[in-house]
Amino acid sequence: MANKTTPLTILDRPNSYIGRSLSREGAKRAVAGRGRYTDDISLPRMLHAAFVRSPYAHAKILAVNVDEARQQPEVTLVMTGTELQELCTGPWIGTLSSFEGMKSAPQYPMAIGRACWQGEPIVMVVASSRAAAEDAAEFVTIEYEQLPVVADKETALDPECPIIHPELGDNLAFRKVIDNGDVKQGLADADIVIEETFQFGRHTAVSLETRALLADYEPTDGHLTIYTSSQVPHMIQAVFARTLGVAEHKVRIIAPDIGGSFGLKIHTYGDEVATTAASIKLGRPVKFIADRLESFLTDIHARENRVWGRIGVSKEGEIKSLEIDVRSAAGAYSQFPRTSVFEANQILNITGGPYKHKNYKAKTEVVYLNKVPTSQYRAVGHPIGNSVGEALVDQAAEACGIDPLEMRRRNIMEDDQYPRVSAAGIKLQDMSHQQCLEALAKHMDYENLRVEQDKFRKKGIQRGIGIAAFIKGTAPGPAGYYGTGGAPIASQDACTIKLEPSGGVICMIGVTDQGQGVDTVMCQIAASVLGLRAESVRVIEGDTDAVPYGGGTYASRATAIGGEATYQASLLLRKEILSIAGTLLQAEPITLDIVDENVVNKSDNQIRISVSEIGRIGHFQVAELPNNIQPTLSVTYRYRLHDALYIFTNGIQGAYVEVDIDTGFIKLLNHWVVEDCGRVISPQLADEQVRGGCVQGIGGALYEECVYNEAAQLQNGTLADYLTPMAGEMPDINVYHIQTPTSVSELGAKGVGESGTGAAPAVLMNAVNDALRPFDACVTKQPMTPETVLASLGTV
Amino acid sequence: MSEETSEIKLTVNGDLITKIVNVRQHLVDFLRLELGLTGSHLGCEHGICGACSVWVDGLVVRGCLMLAVQADGGDVTTIEGLTETGEIADLQKNFVDRNALQCGFCTPGMLMTLAELLRKSELSSREEIREHISGNYCRCTGYHAIVDAVETTISDRLGDS
Repeated sequence: MANKTTPLTILDRPNSYIGRSLSREGAKRAVAGRGRYTDDISLPRMLHAAFVRSPYAHAKILAVNVDEARQQPEVTLVMTGTELQELCTGPWIGTLSSFEGMKSAPQYPMAIGRACWQGEPIVMVVASSRAAAEDAAEFVTIEYEQLPVVADKETALDPECPIIHPELGDNLAFRKVIDNGDVKQGLADADIVIEETFQFGRHTAVSLETRALLADYEPTDGHLTIYTSSQVPHMIQAVFARTLGVAEHKVRIIAPDIGGSFGLKIHTYGDEVATTAASIKLGRPVKFIADRLESFLTDIHARENRVWGRIGVSKEGEIKSLEIDVRSAAGAYSQFPRTSVFEANQILNITGGPYKHKNYKAKTEVVYLNKVPTSQYRAVGHPIGNSVGEALVDQAAEACGIDPLEMRRRNIMEDDQYPRVSAAGIKLQDMSHQQCLEALAKHMDYENLRVEQDKFRKKGIQRGIGIAAFIKGTAPGPAGYYGTGGAPIASQDACTIKLEPSGGVICMIGVTDQGQGVDTVMCQIAASVLGLRAESVRVIEGDTDAVPYGGGTYASRATAIGGEATYQASLLLRKEILSIAGTLLQAEPITLDIVDENVVNKSDNQIRISVSEIGRIGHFQVAELPNNIQPTLSVTYRYRLHDALYIFTNGIQGAYVEVDIDTGFIKLLNHWVVEDCGRVISPQLADEQVRGGCVQGIGGALYEECVYNEAAQLQNGTLADYLTPMAGEMPDINVYHIQTPTSVSELGAKGVGESGTGAAPAVLMNAVNDALRPFDACVTKQPMTPETVLASLGTV
Repeated sequence: MSEETSEIKLTVNGDLITKIVNVRQHLVDFLRLELGLTGSHLGCEHGICGACSVWVDGLVVRGCLMLAVQADGGDVTTIEGLTETGEIADLQKNFVDRNALQCGFCTPGMLMTLAELLRKSELSSREEIREHISGNYCRCTGYHAIVDAVETTISDRLGDS
């Protein structure tokens, strides 16, 4: 693949693995039941942790009595929050200096003196089995005095509202305003002004494998090994080492097979720190596996937002101004170290992002509630920003009497007008809204679908067609939020690649795989550059003792950042292989190539020497080389973005739904995605990221919500009560790619993992409202439950 | 709490097993903790997600809703045992080729459930395949690729027979 802006490279050669779909090694193990997840690992003398958690959303802890629990059979340790505090170097404060003015209260891994959310750990019990630990936990008695609860984001800043952390002065975590162009003038120029308020429910990630950690401290030498279901091993190393006062270089984090993550597992959790502290105190391995109720209560939550929006358009449909006002709900603390304000920040960054308008005003207030902390979950902020922006564009189109697809055609950024800056101030380049839109129209057979919709409407069957264009921030750069803001989170990433004496290649990467196929993608890149077969390349990830320092996998960065590091490292190793070959063969390296495991003449493809022979000589028979040539056959390359905040991608989704106006049930008939993640390394893996992502977005749009009552008690903490998408209700999803390589790397790959999730809620809400249009009804609340649909129709 | 125990005899993946178990231990904890058969997973311990699906006497059961003592005298098959028989080798290969799994945590339960569908040796529509696995939660794939892999397996089998 190449277009006019990119010269042909080694990746475009006929024998390249780029653009081919290889199967994943991890998949072969998983289908045989041979996956190795954290809970599958057992160590000698291993103990198990269980936690006593606050049953109240806000309560003073008057007394904690653990004496009886300590007497229970098989119990090794009972630790209170206060006892744990003594093992910690200090509290966490979940702020980043990159978010100006944000504030959060100090927090310890377990509650001390006061619990601020239901589920906050208070006492840890460690015993020979999880069952024994849970039995003993029942003998812990805690005396509480309930405190006033802040449960509603709408009233959290009212003067009469109780303040969760009095030292902060109010319940405000963060406030931000973007005011670009001249919204007042834009509104004055508009013929039509539409405003609407949207509500988004609180979600959680619901990875099938829950949070899991096994800590193994070796007291004789002070080495700490942690096996954990984490996307970000080096961040866990840094945070756990610093929190518990262990030298960072003596901490090894191993992320074995991960049973789903979705951003849930880029965070640090108090119960996991407590478990590690227990291992350090006891000098024995201690395991903690969250059960499903603990997951619902204590995994990070996301998405709870109310957004007011206003759009002004000319009668020809040109967007003149866009405004949003976002009230975003955090939990009782800002999540350390990534904070709880990214969601709101991203909503501000990306709402209306596909369009050419200049006048944009966006404001957010993020408020603390007595609920579990919120933080980054797949497609942070995008489902909300896209839903709001795309719903307003649809309403404006209707008011103008313009077809929704045509409305977008008139307003999206032109493909030949990059680089440019969006109304939100985001630098954009290498994007393809126009190509994506026309491709979607073709693949949906848009015109005929409208005809079909009309036919059904005449029969009393209400079908709706939705369109939603989107941008997606992927692969954050160092100029962004984390490292700059003071968190130990790398935005660079690295690959160390080695030629072994056998001719095999070991490729060690800082980014991690959770089943997306990151390791397969890196194998394809390295094998292509080195002219080797994929079987000759082994990729190692998820072990801080083995891999170069990196940020791990978050924000759709693995292929975009880690892939470029692997590409460049492979090029350097290739150069050394050819240089050694040139010396041995008395040929100019530039006249040589590597094809199918052999160094060949570029001119006639004649085999000169095998790569394995270079490996053998380079390690065992170095005397064959002159003294001034010392092979290393090992390269580390680090890659980072330079000035860009993110590598932005773009795309557009289409949905076809049927709404039963008597029951409010929504049936998904078809779904299309055209997206541009730049160079596609593995088409099948990219497609499946989009499909799985879409369904995760559909879940949020239709079913999922963590329901709390007025006392901030979670009402639906089981999988029986928290509805997730299952196979029976989901549609097939048609995925297409436009490939505009990013110009910030030679590989040209952008992120793809969150594009489905980011826009699926928007396209579904537009499709549902398209179906409801004859009834003058409009759904503005997600999840769009049957009750919500009926309420919009005025029938309940 | 003192543990009440009971001796059970059962067949697991063709092996005759005699063990003393805690009466409150459910079948999957027994398989995972006592026998090291870690291919069966726990996702919810509530009978919803299907990750713990195993066969008992030829029927798919939720291993988290059945106690180990209830399997006394029974014939239990897990993903490890079913893999060794080769009965679903084609389905497993199609899962890998079609990338019908990502994290793989739901996959053993999904395959145990699908093996039941394949035993019917009938053509199934995509809707019927979806319905059959509607009690198996997968967060990664969105199910489309799983349906593809099953469809291919069924059509290959019927084409061969």
